[in-house]
Amino acid sequence: MKTWIAFWGILAKDVRSYYLKPPNISWGLLFPLVWTTMFFVRSGLGIDSLPDLLPGLVALSILFGTTSVLSVTVTFEKKGRSFERLLLAPISLQLLMLAKTSGAILFGTVNAFVPVAVAAFLTDLSAVNWFVLIPAATLIAVSSTFLGLFIAVSVKEVFEAQTFSNFFRFPMIFLCGLFFPVASLPPLLRPLSYMLPLTYGADILRGSISGRNTMPLGLDFVVLAGFCAVLFLVTLGNINRKWIT
Amino acid sequence: MELDPDASGHGPEPLIAVSGLKKAFEDVVAVDGISFSVERGEIYGFLGPNGAGKTTTINILTGLSRPDSGAISVAGLDCSGNPKAAQHMIGVVPDESNLYPELSGFDNLCFCASLYGMRRRERQERAEELLRAFGLEQAAGRRFAGYSRGMKRKLTIAAGIIHRPPILFLDEPTTGIDVASARQIRQLIADLNSTGTTVFLTTHYIEEAERLCRRIAFIVRGRIARVDTVENLMRDTEGRHVVRFSFRGDAGRVCERIEAALPGLRCSRVPDGVRVESADPVRVGPVVRLLEDDGLEVTEARKIYPSLEEVFVSITGIEAGLMKQEKERNRGGGGS
Ligand SMILES: Nc1ncnc2c1ncn2[C@@H]1O[C@H](COP(=O)(O)OP(=O)(O)OP(=O)(O)O)[C@@H](O)[C@H]1O
Ligand SMILES: [Mg+2]
Repeated sequence: MKTWIAFWGILAKDVRSYYLKPPNISWGLLFPLVWTTMFFVRSGLGIDSLPDLLPGLVALSILFGTTSVLSVTVTFEKKGRSFERLLLAPISLQLLMLAKTSGAILFGTVNAFVPVAVAAFLTDLSAVNWFVLIPAATLIAVSSTFLGLFIAVSVKEVFEAQTFSNFFRFPMIFLCGLFFPVASLPPLLRPLSYMLPLTYGADILRGSISGRNTMPLGLDFVVLAGFCAVLFLVTLGNINRKWIT
Repeated sequence: MELDPDASGHGPEPLIAVSGLKKAFEDVVAVDGISFSVERGEIYGFLGPNGAGKTTTINILTGLSRPDSGAISVAGLDCSGNPKAAQHMIGVVPDESNLYPELSGFDNLCFCASLYGMRRRERQERAEELLRAFGLEQAAGRRFAGYSRGMKRKLTIAAGIIHRPPILFLDEPTTGIDVASARQIRQLIADLNSTGTTVFLTTHYIEEAERLCRRIAFIVRGRIARVDTVENLMRDTEGRHVVRFSFRGDAGRVCERIEAALPGLRCSRVPDGVRVESADPVRVGPVVRLLEDDGLEVTEARKIYPSLEEVFVSITGIEAGLMKQEKERNRGGGGS
C-alpha cells in the first residue's frame, strides 16, 4: 500500500510538472501533425488515403509523445539532484522506474488517439479493429518509453539526452515502415528495420486500421513484448549500476 | 579500528555499525577503511575538512552509493548487500538542496511525504506543521526556486524529517547560512534529538560539533583520526601547555631541531609557523632563539588556551580556521 502511494505520488507529480505543460503538449502533438500534413500535401494524395497514412501518424505521435519528455526530465532531475529524493525513498528501483515511465506511457497512449480522433471526422473508420489498435498503441508506448529511459540512463547532460533521442527517433521514421514499406528500403538497411521495435508496432497498427500488415499480428505482438521486456531488464541493470554509484 | 570502550557508548547494540568501509573514485580514495558505530539516541559528529570523505560516507549509509568493501548495519538491518534495506528508517538532509525548483514549498513537502507512503490528510497536516515550525508559512505557496538560501535549507531539513525518521543524516546543515538561521537550525537539531531522533551530523564547524554532539569523529583524508566524547577529547588538553610561534621565512625541518634541542617539547608545523606543546609551561625564549638562529623572523608567540579546536589541530595537524575559510570560499563561488 505504502509503495503504491509513492508510485502515485511520483506519477501525479510528473504528469502535473511535465506532461501537462504546453511545450510538451505542443511538441508531442504538433510535430506528428505537421509532419503528416507535409507528407499529405507533397504526395498529392486525397482524403481517402488517410487510412493508409494513419498508422504512421499514430506511431509517430506515440514515439514523440513518449520520448520527448522522459529522457530530458530524468537527466534534468539527475543534474538538479532532485532525483536523489527518489533514490532515497524506501521503494525498489523497479517501482521507481515504473513510476517514472508511467507518465510517459500514459501520455504516449493518449497522444496516439489524437490523430485517430481527427481522422474520425474526415474519413470512415468503421473498419478499424479497436481490440488490436488499443493494446498495440499501449505496447508501442511502453517500448518507446523504455527506449527513452534507456537513453536517459546512458547520458549525463540534458542536451545529450535531446541529441541522443533524436539520433534514434528520426531514423526510425524512415526505417520502421511508418510511411514507406520496409520492403521499399535498400536491402542493406532492412535488417536494421527489423532490429527496431517500432517496425513491429507500426505493422500491428497497419493491420488494425487497414488490414494491411506484412507479418502475422501474433508474431508482431510477441516480438514487441519481447523488446519491452529486454529493454526493461537492461535499463534496470544500467540504473542499478549507474545511479547507485 | 579499536574503539576506546569508554567512548564506544553504553548500549549493547549500536544503531549504526560500520566496519572497514572503503570507497574509491577512479584514483581518489574517498573513504579509506573506516569503522565506527552510532548509539541509539546520540548526536554523532563527523568533523573534517573539504574532501575528507564526509559526504561519501553519508551517501553510502543512506543508500545513494555502494561501498567497494566493508559492512554496514543500520537498526539491525544489513545494508552491505542491499543499500535500500534501511531507507524507511532514515531521513536525509543533503549538503545542497535537492527539492523540486518548480514546486511550491508546500507541494515539495507533500510530495516527499508521499514517497514514504503517507496518506493525503497526514501529508498535508505534517507539511503545514513543519512549515509553521520553520517559519515558512508565508512562503508555503511560493516556488522553491525563488527561496533564499536559508529558506531552501530549512525546507530541505523539513523534507528530511517529514516522515519522522528515527535516524537523521545531516550533511553540513548550517554551512552558508546566516548566524540567526544557523542557531535556529542547531536548536531544532537539539530538539529533535531530545525527542529520540538519533542524528548523524557532518560539519566543519568545530563549535557546532562541540555544542551539539555527544561524540565526535575527526575524519581526515578518508580515515578517522580519533573518535571520542567531547569531554574525553577536552581531557587531552588538561595539563598541556601550547604555544604557537608565527614567523616569516622557510621553516625547513625546524621542528626536528626544536625537539632535539629542547627535550620535553612536541613540535608540529602549522601554516606560517609552528605549534609547540609541553607538559610544563613552554619557555618561549629558547624556542625563539632557535628559530631566529635558523634565519626565521619570529613575528609572534601566543599561548593557546585549551579548546576542542586545539585538540582537532593537534590530532589532525589541520588548522581549523583554514578549514572554515576554505569552505566558505567554496560556498561563495558556487550556486545554491
Ligand atoms: N562522484 C565522485 N567522483 C569522483 N570523485 C569523488 C566523487 N565523490 C567524491 N569524490 C572525491 O572523494 C573525496 C571525498 O569527497 P567527499 O565529498 O566525501 O568529501 P567531504 O568530506 O564531504 O568534503 P566537503 O567538506 O567538501 O563536502 C574527494 O576527494 C572528492 O573529490
Ligand atoms: Mg561534503
